[in-house]
Amino acid sequence: MKENTNTARALLLPALVAAIFIALWTAIWRAGVFHQSAFPSPLAVVRGFGLEVATGRLLNDSVTSLFRVTCGFLLAVALGIPAGVWMGQKLSARLAFLPMTNFFRNLSPLAWMPFAILWFGVGDAAAMFLIFLSVFFPVVLATMAAVGTIPLVYFHVAQNYGLRRFEKLTRVTLPAIMPQVITTLRVTAGVAWLVDVAAEMIAGRDGLGFAVMDARNGLRTDLLVVEMIVIGIIGVLIDRLLVQLTNVPSVRWGYER
Amino acid sequence: MTGCLELTNVSVSFEAVEVIRELSLAIVQGEFVAVVGPSGCGKTTLLNLVAGFERPSSGSVECHGQVRMVYQEDGLFPWATVTENIALGLRHIGDRRERKRQIGDLLRLIRIEGFEHHYPRQLSGGMRQLVELARALAGGSDVLLMDEPFSALDYLTRLRMRNELARLLSEMPRTAVLVTHDIEEAAQLADRVVVLTQRPARIRHEFTISTPRPREPTDFAVVDAVRRILAELDVESGTEASTK
Ligand SMILES: Nc1ncnc2c1ncn2[C@@H]1O[C@H](COP(=O)(O)OP(=O)(O)OP(=O)(O)O)[C@@H](O)[C@H]1O
Ligand SMILES: [Mg+2]
Repeated sequence: MKENTNTARALLLPALVAAIFIALWTAIWRAGVFHQSAFPSPLAVVRGFGLEVATGRLLNDSVTSLFRVTCGFLLAVALGIPAGVWMGQKLSARLAFLPMTNFFRNLSPLAWMPFAILWFGVGDAAAMFLIFLSVFFPVVLATMAAVGTIPLVYFHVAQNYGLRRFEKLTRVTLPAIMPQVITTLRVTAGVAWLVDVAAEMIAGRDGLGFAVMDARNGLRTDLLVVEMIVIGIIGVLIDRLLVQLTNVPSVRWGYER
Repeated sequence: MTGCLELTNVSVSFEAVEVIRELSLAIVQGEFVAVVGPSGCGKTTLLNLVAGFERPSSGSVECHGQVRMVYQEDGLFPWATVTENIALGLRHIGDRRERKRQIGDLLRLIRIEGFEHHYPRQLSGGMRQLVELARALAGGSDVLLMDEPFSALDYLTRLRMRNELARLLSEMPRTAVLVTHDIEEAAQLADRVVVLTQRPARIRHEFTISTPRPREPTDFAVVDAVRRILAELDVESGTEASTK
C-alpha cells in the first residue's frame, strides 16, 4: 500500500512539475516577454521535434555524439585506471607525475580547443581528444587516491594466503578501489558529455553540439530547444546506465555501511 | 617440526619508539598460548613478527609451517562472498571438486549454511569472525594467530565464540596464539597465558593451566587461573602505587 502510493507519487510529482514548467513557458510566450523569433512556443518545439526525427538528422547527430563520447571516455578510462594504480603503488611514480597530473586536471579541456582543431581538424578526433583530456586526469587522480586508502590488512591477508603479485592486483587492489572508481566514472562521464557538446559547437560538422549551432545560425529556436532537450535526456541516460554498475554485488559494500 | 615457533631475544623499534624488548617465547606444536597485556604494548606487533609482516630490529624469529592470522580489524574481503573468502584458504588445492567439498565441510563446521553466497556486510559480527576463523583454518594451515578476534562482540556472543573456537580447534587441532584483553577468555582457552608489560613489551609473567581442554568458564581450573592472573596484575599495580 505504502509502496504503491510512493511509486504513484514518484511519477505524479515530476509530471506535475513538468506541467507547471510548460505552462509557465507558454504563458511567457503568450505574454510576448521575448521577441517571437527568440522564444519558440512549446507547440513549435514539438513540431520541430517531429521534423528532426522525420529527416533522421536527430538520430544521426545523437549517434555521432554518443560515438565520440564513448570512444574518448573508454580510451581515457582504459589508460587512466592503470596509470592511477601505478601512481598509487609506486612512490617515485607519484612524486614524478602528480604535479603534472594536477596541473592538467585543473586546466579546462576547452582551452585545448584551438590545438585540437589545428592538430586533428574538424570532426571526430578533435572532440575525442578533448573528451579524453577531460576524463583521463580525474580518473588517474581518483584511482591513485583510492589505491592509497586500501587498508593494509587486506595486503596482509594476501600475503598470508600466498597471493602473488598479479593476483594481489586482480584480487585485492582492483576490487578494493572499484566502488570509488565507479563513482568517478559517473562524474567524469557527465563531464565528458558536456565537453563533447561544447567541442562540437566549435569544432564540429555534425553531432548534437553542431546541431545547436546550426539551429542558432538558421534562427530556428524551435530546433535549438529540441537539441537541448535531447542533449539533456541523453546525459541523464548515460548516468542511469553507469549507476547500474553500482548494483554489481561485489561492489555494493562500497556504498552501504 | 611444523607448527612450532620460537622467538629469541627479539626487539622491535619503530623509529624512536621501542615496542618490544628482548622478548623470548617458544611455542610447541599444538600448544595454545594466550597473550594478554596493556593496550598499545606491542601485542599486534608480536603477531606481525610471527606472521612475517614485520622484521625484528634484533633477535630471531623462527616459525615452521604455514601461518594464518585472524585480524583485529575486519580481515574478510568485503568484495568477496563467504564461499570466496573461505576458498582463499584452499587455493593450493588443485582439484575443484575437492575444494568444493572442503568448503562445504567448513561451512557446516561453523554452522552458517545458507549464507554461502552472502557478503561479509550481510553477516553479524560473530558470523564474520567465524568465517574468518574458517578461512584461516582451511587447507590444513599449521599456526593460527588471532588478534583480539572477539573484542568487538558483546559478552554473550563472546562466550559463545569462545566455545566455538574451542570446538573448532578440537576438530582441527593446531598451534594457536591468541591475543586478548579478556583474562577469562585466555584462562578458558589456553594452555599457557603470557602476560606482557607496558611498552616496551617484555614477558612479565607466564601461567600454565594444565587441566586439559576444552574447559568451561566456570571450571575450577579456569576460575583459579583468572584469580592467579588478576592477583599477579594487582600485586604489580600495588607495588607501583607504593613506590610513588
Ligand atoms: N608501523 C608502525 N610504525 C610506528 N609505530 C608503530 C607501528 N606499529 C605499531 N606502532 C606502535 O607500536 C606500539 C604497539 O602497537 P601494537 O599495535 O602492537 O599494540 P597492541 O598491543 O596490539 O595494542 P592494542 O591492544 O590497542 O591492539 C604502539 O605504540 C604503536 O603506536
Ligand atoms: Mg593490537
